[in-house]
Amino acid sequence: MNIIVCIKQVPDTTEVKLDPKTGTLIRDGVPSIINPDDKAGLELALDLKDKYNAKVTVITMGPQQAEIVLREAYAMGADRAILLTDRKFAGADTLATSNALSGAIRTLDYDLIITGRQAIDGDTAQVGPQIAEHLDLPQVSYLQALEYNNNTFTIKKALEDGYQILEVDSPCLVTVLNSANSPRYMSVKGIMDAFDKEIEVWGVDKIDIDEEKLGLKGSPTKVKKAFTKGIKASGEVYQVETQEAIGIIISKLKEKFII
Amino acid sequence: MNFNITEQEKLFLQMIREFAEKEVKPLAAEVDEQERFPVETVEKMGKIGLMGIPVPSKYGGQGGTNQIYSMAVEELSRYCATTGVIVSAHTSLCVAPILENGTEEQKLKYLPKLCSGEWIGAFGLTEPNAGTDAAMQQTIAIEKEDKWILNGSKIFITNAGYADVYIIIAMTDKSQGTKGISAFIVEKNTPGFSIGKKEKKLGIRGSSTCELIFENCEIPKENLLGKVGKGFGIAMKTLDGGRIGIAAQALGIAQGAMDETIKYTKERKQFGKKISQFQNTQFQMADMETKIQASRLLVRSAAFKKDMSLPYSTDAAMAKLMAAETAMDVTTKAVQFHGGYGYTREYPIERMMRDAKITEIYEGTSEVQRMVIAANILK
Repeated sequence: MNIIVCIKQVPDTTEVKLDPKTGTLIRDGVPSIINPDDKAGLELALDLKDKYNAKVTVITMGPQQAEIVLREAYAMGADRAILLTDRKFAGADTLATSNALSGAIRTLDYDLIITGRQAIDGDTAQVGPQIAEHLDLPQVSYLQALEYNNNTFTIKKALEDGYQILEVDSPCLVTVLNSANSPRYMSVKGIMDAFDKEIEVWGVDKIDIDEEKLGLKGSPTKVKKAFTKGIKASGEVYQVETQEAIGIIISKLKEKFII
Repeated sequence: MNFNITEQEKLFLQMIREFAEKEVKPLAAEVDEQERFPVETVEKMGKIGLMGIPVPSKYGGQGGTNQIYSMAVEELSRYCATTGVIVSAHTSLCVAPILENGTEEQKLKYLPKLCSGEWIGAFGLTEPNAGTDAAMQQTIAIEKEDKWILNGSKIFITNAGYADVYIIIAMTDKSQGTKGISAFIVEKNTPGFSIGKKEKKLGIRGSSTCELIFENCEIPKENLLGKVGKGFGIAMKTLDGGRIGIAAQALGIAQGAMDETIKYTKERKQFGKKISQFQNTQFQMADMETKIQASRLLVRSAAFKKDMSLPYSTDAAMAKLMAAETAMDVTTKAVQFHGGYGYTREYPIERMMRDAKITEIYEGTSEVQRMVIAANILK
């Protein structure tokens, strides 16, 4: 079984600060990590490797510094690592990103493609499903659990209020929730060996995609404005008896269509 | 020596910090309170390779450096000095002497299981009448046909009771003095070998510290470690390496107490101000931090020299002396900053102070470290 895992390097914080002038993320001084959903995706792949001797290839698109997340993937047990890096990839929105990734994936053998559900810096949840569309593959998003049997995956997909059990034939793409598992720690030996392993660095020339679909040129989404949310008004304060307070709360909730 | 940590070390620190915070920190108070050896943590550590860091992979080790090993002990001890000393005694006092003095057969027999954590290691040198004066060994080993027969006892043995493999130092020829001392590998469950009294201690209370008893304990001839009469040298060299581990443990304890102090002094208010805003606090904390950083550089430098196969005995002694005295000083001050709260078991700081004390005593007291350092400068 050949598995491809797409991972993204993200800043390790839930309180991402924005540069008020450019509207872009301030990454200085913020440690970078493998996006949590993607790390769960990698763990899912490594678990299949343990059970079925699958070969796990990890891909990331990003600047040269993103190499470190691929080393981390090696230290956890991945077999092959590819870094997509090229000036022509820069400024990509989700569509251009998924075009680049699927362009790379087209050149590889795969039975299963795994992505995280969404990245903590962008929260779009679009790249995984878009890759499936580009490659014309069946996809299951929001994966909570997976079992494999005779080229068929049985997948537990999380919905807002329950789960769906789906069967899907390989090849297919899944997007994984970080609640699906607890990723293993890197082993010391894995860390020692990770730096002796090759990271394949691929530019546009190595992948199968029309260049027009990449980077800023291939990105229909334009960020109009990015800002840090200001503090809201202090709200209304009522100093009334309990009975009256209950009435006010109910009417406010109705006003907002909450009840 | 490069003062920047490598990318590899960075990745290792990322892993060990996450491991220590998620797996070690939550158990630290319980392990101390219940004087419980954290077997589950040892199993987890074995799985990710923490029980055999500076050992080549052909013996089942991780192929890591002593530098990385010292970082591991430091980071574990930052939350739990018990966990730190389990790894340190296992690695420096059992795995290392087998690696450095063992025959190929011994290495292949013992190291893979020790490095995977399936087996735990321990080291027996100290006796009731042979503490700092380690040459006064009364445990005796007599050669009889194809066996060695051990009689005597050892005390204060770290990991005892849980260990599967013990490096035992014994007298093989009393007339030869220190040249009549030899080292042996003794497996648990060897007839005639039993575990005696378990010590109740001030600190590192989760660490198992017991007496070892040998009554006509027969071990196979091939379990002699190194040559006959070379045991004292093996023991002293083993302790040199062990000092890097204990220095790292002391460093971790000091850093852990510092972390707590920074957090607490920035929260605690008295006289309308955070106590971190008082100059007395600031000056003392500046001194604490400086000593910690100085200790860290000594630990790293000793580990670096060991990695480079350079003489490191004095460096290890200096690292241990400095780090142990820093740990004691920093934890005592940290309790003071925490006031009454720091004296209670609600905060981890009193435990850190209790744990720190042993680092000035075991694997060579601070006085022994000064002897080693002085002997080197006055030779």
